Amino acid sequence: MTSPIDIEGGGSSVVVDGEPEPKTKPEDEKLIGRSPGQLMWIRFKRDRTGVISAYVVIFFFLIGLLAPLIAKLYGKTPYTVYADERPELFDSAGVPVQPNGGISGEFWFGLEPGNGYDVFTKLLYGIRNSLGISLAVTLATVLTGIVLGVAAGYLGGKTDYVISRVIDFLLAIPSQLFFIASMPVVVSLFVSPRDETPVYVRVVALISVMWVLGWMSLARILRGTALALREREFIEAAKVSGAPPGRIIRKEILPNVVTPILVQATYMLPNFVTAEAGLSFLGVGLVEPTPDWGQMFSKAATELVMQNDITYMFFPGISMIVFIVAFNLLGDSVRDAFDPKTAR
Amino acid sequence: MLRFLFRRILGSIVILILLTVVAFLLFFGMPRDPALLMCGKTCTPEALENIHRTLGIDKSIPEQFWIFISGLVAGRDDFSQGPCPAPCFGYSYHTNEQVWSTLLDRLPLTVSLALGATVVFLFVGLGTGMIAAWRRGTLVDKSFTAGSMVLSSMQIYFLGPLAMAVLVYQTHLFDEPRYTELTKDPVAWFTGLIIPWVVLSTIFAAQYTRMARSSMIEQLQEEHVRTARAKGMSRRYVFFRYAWRGSLIPIVTIIGIDLSSMLGGAIITEYTFGLPGLGHLAVESVQFSDLPLLLGVMLFAAAVILLCNIVVDAVYAVIDPRVRLS
Repeated sequence: MTSPIDIEGGGSSVVVDGEPEPKTKPEDEKLIGRSPGQLMWIRFKRDRTGVISAYVVIFFFLIGLLAPLIAKLYGKTPYTVYADERPELFDSAGVPVQPNGGISGEFWFGLEPGNGYDVFTKLLYGIRNSLGISLAVTLATVLTGIVLGVAAGYLGGKTDYVISRVIDFLLAIPSQLFFIASMPVVVSLFVSPRDETPVYVRVVALISVMWVLGWMSLARILRGTALALREREFIEAAKVSGAPPGRIIRKEILPNVVTPILVQATYMLPNFVTAEAGLSFLGVGLVEPTPDWGQMFSKAATELVMQNDITYMFFPGISMIVFIVAFNLLGDSVRDAFDPKTAR
Repeated sequence: MLRFLFRRILGSIVILILLTVVAFLLFFGMPRDPALLMCGKTCTPEALENIHRTLGIDKSIPEQFWIFISGLVAGRDDFSQGPCPAPCFGYSYHTNEQVWSTLLDRLPLTVSLALGATVVFLFVGLGTGMIAAWRRGTLVDKSFTAGSMVLSSMQIYFLGPLAMAVLVYQTHLFDEPRYTELTKDPVAWFTGLIIPWVVLSTIFAAQYTRMARSSMIEQLQEEHVRTARAKGMSRRYVFFRYAWRGSLIPIVTIIGIDLSSMLGGAIITEYTFGLPGLGHLAVESVQFSDLPLLLGVMLFAAAVILLCNIVVDAVYAVIDPRVRLS
């Protein structure tokens, strides 16, 4: 957390919604000054749902981070085609012979019908790739949103007009349709349509396509916040004391827009995860053999799985629901912790 | 009101024109050779030559764009497949059919899917949301809230195949979803679309439960509602006559946004159930790199969405006169 600016004096600092923090908390007898970050942390720690969801979310990120290590300890890779290596495990249609999708002591989450990938490592790496891409998109969109939103709000005038019209225009584009439509075009910028597309090109294309249409909501919110902050006394004071615009934006505006940024980012990331998975589900995101969360769903939607053994479907399905629910609850808790006045 | 509508329509037309420019540049300006992209992996020199000729690829991008725009307005007849009346989006390179007629072919399914799902999610979503607000703090409220939290985090690409596997393939309770025209056989139309409707509306309904609940609770704390209660009106009367009406205003906008995005093609739902609507058409055209078709789908969907937004704004302006002034 960024520390507050000490312009209005005392322990209180400026809060975005225009109402100053209460100077003292009831239980706070010694009148210790606390930064909004500390206050937020204290409130957050008291929120049991928030803490549990935070643990769940951290768990998913750890899985993503440590996927290669876990897979190594487990002794398998997501790329091994067990239908070729161990054909005795599958029947003629490619469905695992053992019940419940071939779950056994050796294959903890069973085997994928068809190619026979190991589901456990596939899911680990799928989560890793999906979260990695979504995290990159979130970072890119947040940075873009901050730069353009704060610039539009603080500078005003022509800059504001142009950026606002661009935001309006981009918001009018049907985003999902635009995603799938521009994927092949963006990919073709890097490689000739006749060649195989390398994985990194697909990743770059996915990130850039989602980035272009992802930053507007945050930028719009930050524009409004910066617009309101511009009129506040402490900004005026900074201006009078001769601070250049760059310094005012960095030292005065940015610390005060941390709250909306964090809250928005916690809402954006799960949206990007599901959007990325949706693209891979439709076959325009990551493709086999690269493991991906969404692509596991497209495998689950084949008749081979739906007709024979639906166990496979639940591993990507349940894990994604848990992740999204936890992340949404975390987002609500973060918002409540920053801004306890808004009731749920 | 008329001035308000006029301004909105004008704004939408500007956006649509801009979108046409951007989409055209994206598909035909950015790739080094769009013909090669369209031709795919099984490209013969003759096919490539044919695409080059019909696209007019030897001309500059503004010229190509002018040809495309004038085709949209006045039609063209320089295609080898035959004449192409206005609005001419050209011919698909994959099916050799006119893009415009393909779009019109696919539209009824998308409209059926969107309208049916909207009816379901409005009834279920608003109903459960209001019950939760009515019995706020009870077990009913808590279970509805928790249920909607989980359901709104579900994805169609999980729920859809799951419903298909359980209801169609394992228990054989339903037939595979398919589209029959309403005018031909209403019963088949209904039974064929019931699973897609339910799956599509589940996710929306869960969101509406949460929205309706919080909107109702907010309204119930309004002063005019409290005054009505203080005057001695029954809780039920105040709930439906005062709070319910007020709570609908913010929801109407969101209904409009959701409905219009579905009318632009419920891509994942249509793809999951193999229903050939506009969204499915978009996926098909991407798979075959069929750029004329893709451009057609995109512009068509955008036009539908913009049109819906105008209608929603008009409805909103009727409900809430303050909107007209801004």
